[in-house]
Amino acid sequence: MSMVFAPRMAEAAPSSHAGASWSPYDNNGGTCVAIAGADYCVIAADTRMSTGFSILTRDYSKIHQITEKCVLASSGFQADVRSLQKNLDARHQIYQHQHNKQMSCPAMAQLLSNTLYYKRFFPYYAFNVLGGLDNEGKGCVYTYDAVGSYERSGYSSQGSGQTLIMPVLDNQLKSASPLVLPPRESSTPLTENEAVDLIKDTFASAAERDIYTGDGVEIVIINKDGIRRETMPLKRD
Amino acid sequence: MDFSNFQAPGMYPYHASSSSKQAEKSYVDHPIMGPHNSSFTLMPEAPSKHTKYPYVTGTSVLGVKYKDGVLLASDTAASYGSTVRYKSVQRLKAVGKTTALGASGEISDFQAINELLDQLITNDYMWDDGNNLGPVEIHNYLNRLMYGRRNKFDPLWNSLVLGGVKNGQQYLGVVTMIGVHYVDDHVATGFGNHLARPIFRDEWRADMTHEEAVALLEKCMLVLFYRDRSAINKFQIANVTEAGVHISEPYALQTNWSYKAFENPTAGAVGSW
Repeated sequence: MSMVFAPRMAEAAPSSHAGASWSPYDNNGGTCVAIAGADYCVIAADTRMSTGFSILTRDYSKIHQITEKCVLASSGFQADVRSLQKNLDARHQIYQHQHNKQMSCPAMAQLLSNTLYYKRFFPYYAFNVLGGLDNEGKGCVYTYDAVGSYERSGYSSQGSGQTLIMPVLDNQLKSASPLVLPPRESSTPLTENEAVDLIKDTFASAAERDIYTGDGVEIVIINKDGIRRETMPLKRD
Repeated sequence: MDFSNFQAPGMYPYHASSSSKQAEKSYVDHPIMGPHNSSFTLMPEAPSKHTKYPYVTGTSVLGVKYKDGVLLASDTAASYGSTVRYKSVQRLKAVGKTTALGASGEISDFQAINELLDQLITNDYMWDDGNNLGPVEIHNYLNRLMYGRRNKFDPLWNSLVLGGVKNGQQYLGVVTMIGVHYVDDHVATGFGNHLARPIFRDEWRADMTHEEAVALLEKCMLVLFYRDRSAINKFQIANVTEAGVHISEPYALQTNWSYKAFENPTAGAVGSW
């Protein structure tokens, strides 16, 4: 499986094409993090877009708002990510026409899973974290693989810096195992501001060691008052 | 991973090894030439419709925003592998009234894209309602085109740079052959991303005058000429302003080969050999 997703330089070196085989995929890097609290959700992603050892742009938003209470952060292959975002927007538009309301975050989570699995044999090379508020107004985070396996959790990280960030989140926020019965609350005990600060720290750390994470972080906070956006500069090296 | 035999769902089996005998047979038994004699053939297998590598290619394209608009620059070379085969090929094009397009990569694919864009602009003009596509729309169209072709495993082998001005807003974007797209204040394809963009990052300003922006592009084109073997010293600059698109005649710059680093290139790099 991992072989199928092997990243490759999209653009062959000028005028040296001997033996070069074309790939429909590229890995444009980037890291996404989301943390759910009792009555809020924080979703963040860095703004660097890379190919191989080159930076394409330092200010590309990986966060896409689908509904008023549901936001998607995605890294991986930018062209697939953009296509996926447009697909979900179109499906949400149809949903609104049919039901005269916005889709709930848990429903959007299922739709995203189905959309990814629909392309199981030519996948979207996209690594998603979906965050927002559920029908009770509680924070929710859904985390995915490229072909649509998903899980609701209290916090998650995806993308090139996930291996650096996820253990820190586990250490700081470790939640009850999903196997424990009766099921426990998955959202984290942090306050909103503590969650934002933790996310800033994890990105500053990931930017030190992951060359695909840097330039800036975009942080989106969803709570009962609405949606708010913050940014923080990161190292540009 | 080698994708040469990969088939996306719904793809027509042009060349894949798993393609049915039927597809092969329709080629083998020619309707006019009669049954195919497999012992005498000039083409050993059915022709592949998919581009697996480029033939005639253009090198870097650069683009910068400036105070009153956007500038694009590219040289006029078209290389056949490492041979600089054609030296007067225009790689910049005006698209409608407000947009300029520059292409690196396969020249024939660029020419095919130009025909599609001309159709698009003409069809729009025929409505005769004064509407026209701006750079944002063209960028979106090109992105859908490139990404659609990569989904068919038949890519248009180009990196495209697109600049324009509409409603007082400068726009500068890139699309690659697999559909990756983005906008920035300054962009470059191919070697330009390695050699020109670091110079842009040091020297570019949003309030540059036309003269300053041209000087910056010329400096970068010279660096590319010195270091990129398929770049030549004959290039054009496209200027897009609120007034329209103007593409300069090809011209050359004064070069200087007596830099100390050129005379003794290994002086600053003491190696083990």
